[in-house]
Amino acid sequence: MEALIDLLQKNALTPREDIARMLDLSVDQVNAEIARLESEGIILGYQAIINREKWDTDVVTAVIEVKITPERDGGFDRIAERISKFAEVRTCYLMSGGYDLLIIIEARNLRAIAGFVAEKLSTIEAVQATATHFRLKTYKENGAFHHFEHAPERLAVSP
Amino acid sequence: MSIRIADHVHGIPRSGIRDFFEVVQSMGDVISLGIGEPDFATPWHIREAAIYSLEKGRTGYSSNLGLPRLRRSVSDYVNKQFGVRYEPLSEILISVGVSEAIDIALRALLNPGDEVLYHEPCYVSYAPSVVLAGGVAKPIATHAEDNFALRADAVEAAITPRTKVLMMNFPTNPTGGVMTVPELEKIAALCIKHDLVVLTDEIYSELMYEDAPHTSIAALPGMRERTVLLHGVSKAFAMTGWRIGFACAPKELIEAMMKIHQYAILCAPIMSQEAAIEALDRGEPAMIKMRREYELRRNYIVRGLNDLGLECFKPHGAFYVFPKITSTGLTSREFSMRLLHEKKVAVVPGTAFGASGEGHVRCSYATALAQIKIAVERIGEFVGELKSERAAAA
Repeated sequence: MEALIDLLQKNALTPREDIARMLDLSVDQVNAEIARLESEGIILGYQAIINREKWDTDVVTAVIEVKITPERDGGFDRIAERISKFAEVRTCYLMSGGYDLLIIIEARNLRAIAGFVAEKLSTIEAVQATATHFRLKTYKENGAFHHFEHAPERLAVSP
Repeated sequence: MSIRIADHVHGIPRSGIRDFFEVVQSMGDVISLGIGEPDFATPWHIREAAIYSLEKGRTGYSSNLGLPRLRRSVSDYVNKQFGVRYEPLSEILISVGVSEAIDIALRALLNPGDEVLYHEPCYVSYAPSVVLAGGVAKPIATHAEDNFALRADAVEAAITPRTKVLMMNFPTNPTGGVMTVPELEKIAALCIKHDLVVLTDEIYSELMYEDAPHTSIAALPGMRERTVLLHGVSKAFAMTGWRIGFACAPKELIEAMMKIHQYAILCAPIMSQEAAIEALDRGEPAMIKMRREYELRRNYIVRGLNDLGLECFKPHGAFYVFPKITSTGLTSREFSMRLLHEKKVAVVPGTAFGASGEGHVRCSYATALAQIKIAVERIGEFVGELKSERAAAA
């Protein structure tokens, strides 16, 4: 059901009737399929993509590179899960290359992020080093442009 | 002084789309299903390749036939897409859109009075191009009950001793019709038997849905030597404004077409040729993404229109549906004009594509789904109002 997932990823609010027409299915079939994707944990949730330039709440976003010492049992998993549990952590990836975990965190201000790094993150025994980068501006997020490209102008009728 | 226009030009009617366009232009705020080009901008990596070539200062003429590098890309692409191999340096000509390629192919082939067969409804330029090249345009009507495919028996019935060329365009603008291989084989046999040259306009060939394979008549046995395969980057890669087409044909014909092309045009714009290389070599993923999008919209509009009682088959190719509107009691032109004035939705009357388009309108689904959705709703209101109008009159 790749086409259905594509549609939902682009706009999860597309009316089910429209989805049914586009996929040439009945509304019941679409509902059943979405329910299945949800119950099997393939679809984890639905979120809005916010333009932070326009919705300026006091939120600071940082990307943190973390080097950790893997454990004998479980490698990186236990530490990564432990770090992921903090509410500030929005995203946590295991990476190849110069560091191990890439964390995206959100907090009220710089001090809160500094506090998180100094008190929570760095104090975990397996964490060897961190490097913190702050977000200044967003150009594209989850496939959506923040400064939209205008639809190309076309003649109103053409052969 | 009044300037006297040449008789053969004077006799050509203005495109039916042209006058419709002028009405739409004057109105504003219209939702248009009348647009025969992709609504996507050219994929970024293709635009970026053109920018790069401009930065490098590649702004001069190219060889008359087109950049050798592009012709090699065309050769590989055509071989992959259609299974026919053309020699890049002698059997391929880069033109300014397929329209120019059609024009110069006809001019290179026709003597005055030679007849050209083509299926109708069809693209608006076919008949005028034939006439301007001194030929006689002989339309063969295709029908909704055949899903607008061309029937071999209709071709056979239209052949006369003066017939020289058969022009084809599948998937078809405006109907979305496609051909089956057995019927194509029968037509190929007729072309061989009657020694016809085939111009096959393959501009929509990538836009085939449900993973249906596309077969070009050029790929059938005995056809390569009598076929001009015409194609371009406009529709598949959303590059209409770049004006790049190409003609693949036997060497002698390319040579003859080149004479006309070099004196009339010199060469296609070089920056567009550079962009076309990128499109043909690396454009497939972006094309597949756009095609997937068209397919969803097609499904939406076909079901929407059929639910309104405007019968239309689900076309297997291109980005048009061609619903039948005779149940409304209106002609194609009346339907389109009233829909435009009363509901501000533009569709193109079927008759703009030839007399056999009467009773149909062309709706393009190369338009954002949100627009299609509103258009279908408004067409629904319009059809409903027509029905009550007729009930009141009866």
